[in-house]
Amino acid sequence: MSARATLATARRVLTQLRRDRRTVAMILVVPPALIALLDWVFGEQPERFARIGPPLVGMFPLIIMFLLTSIAMLRERTSGTLERLMSMPIAKADLLFGYGLAFALVGAVQATLTAGVAFGLLGLETAGPVWAVVLLAIGNALLGMSLGLFLSAFATSEFQAVQFMPAVIIPQLLLAGLFVPRDDMPPVLERISDFLPFTYAFDGLVRVAADDIGGRLWLDVAVVTGCIVLALVLGATTLRRRTP
Amino acid sequence: MGNYTQADHSILVRDLDIVRGGNRVLDSVSLGIRPGVVTGLLGPSGSGKTTLMRSIVGVQIVAGGEVTVLGRPAGDPELRHRIGYVTQAPSVYADLSVTENLAYFARVLGAPLARVDETIAAVGLGGQADQVVRTLSGGEESRASLAVALLGDPEILVLDEPTVGLDPVLRADLWLQFHGLAEQGKTMLVSTHVMDEAERCDELVLMREGRIVADGPPRDLLERTGAGNLEAAFLALAEGEA
Repeated sequence: MSARATLATARRVLTQLRRDRRTVAMILVVPPALIALLDWVFGEQPERFARIGPPLVGMFPLIIMFLLTSIAMLRERTSGTLERLMSMPIAKADLLFGYGLAFALVGAVQATLTAGVAFGLLGLETAGPVWAVVLLAIGNALLGMSLGLFLSAFATSEFQAVQFMPAVIIPQLLLAGLFVPRDDMPPVLERISDFLPFTYAFDGLVRVAADDIGGRLWLDVAVVTGCIVLALVLGATTLRRRTP
Repeated sequence: MGNYTQADHSILVRDLDIVRGGNRVLDSVSLGIRPGVVTGLLGPSGSGKTTLMRSIVGVQIVAGGEVTVLGRPAGDPELRHRIGYVTQAPSVYADLSVTENLAYFARVLGAPLARVDETIAAVGLGGQADQVVRTLSGGEESRASLAVALLGDPEILVLDEPTVGLDPVLRADLWLQFHGLAEQGKTMLVSTHVMDEAERCDELVLMREGRIVADGPPRDLLERTGAGNLEAAFLALAEGEA
């Protein structure tokens, strides 16, 4: 591993993003705009928005970084640049951490901006500290990045990769308790949700929003961290030096 | 084909078998490649040129036999600094400029950043240095890819059809560069399916259906077959094989 190759990779990924102005604009504008839309939609039921609003702020980086990484990595695999890198003196960890660094940074900016709009402009309130929501959002950006990196190995086209959204993300969001709290779900679904990473990412945000800082929150953080490490290790096994 | 020894060959291939999807893509290929000359790998598409090159670079899963490069097994981490490989598809980032691409790969290789401008000039892309790769022509894009392989000043260059789609002047210029690099003592393995390029090689390896049909200097191949040109020689040798 070398800091030089890791930083160069992070810088390269960020330069690629920067080139794509429209993508950058969407990363920054869409989540705050969606939060504002939700605020409007829930106009008559502010107590429901108060429940899902704050955790949702921290879920955007998870969803967006997941999709961005799976497409970026898919391109890297299909354009031959991954094969070229794998024939060069770069450690797989340099590539993984380079991507991680870049997307954590983007996730941090996105979360800060979304939180600013939600808690500043729209007056959404949390019992817990807002900075903790942003911190968890950065962790979620890393979770999204590592899951996207791993799952990109199972897509052979961009058409397939964008369908990870309905196939992988939406079911997990539903089971994590976004619309119906997990306690009110059929027991089978609640049991299934115990095994999904989004459940812990969402639960952590719900607890911070309720200022329920304690054992369960640390469990959430530990599970999310474990999932990041596991997805990175599995992701590394899909970066092959030799292919058929 | 004789016995290939470590002493004068930088690349040694012995009884190499490659199987892909149940098909034998390379069948017991043995070969020695010397430094200091340009070796051309010639054959129709599907004859196994790319597979052989991938085996030498060490990115190919091998079924049997061995490939030794600079005295080490192909794919050895030590070799990753010492081989430059250009695939047929230009493996550069389409959304970065030529300079940004090269600067990234230079950092990965640990090559001095001064090499970026040097190699851009060497492949004749000085005028397009700040242009985003997506906006380049096909020939310019493959030269950008070639520049990446030159960055680390590797001892061995494996170039898979590097001159496809280039105008004749540029093609001639690149071949001069290949010979210049060979004169510096580098090992140059260049694949092509164009016969007039074969004449520019010091050594030729003719491939067909996953086997080596013949190898040697172009003049020897012509003498051996009594053919008037390499195209005819290739045909004579391929028929002799069949």
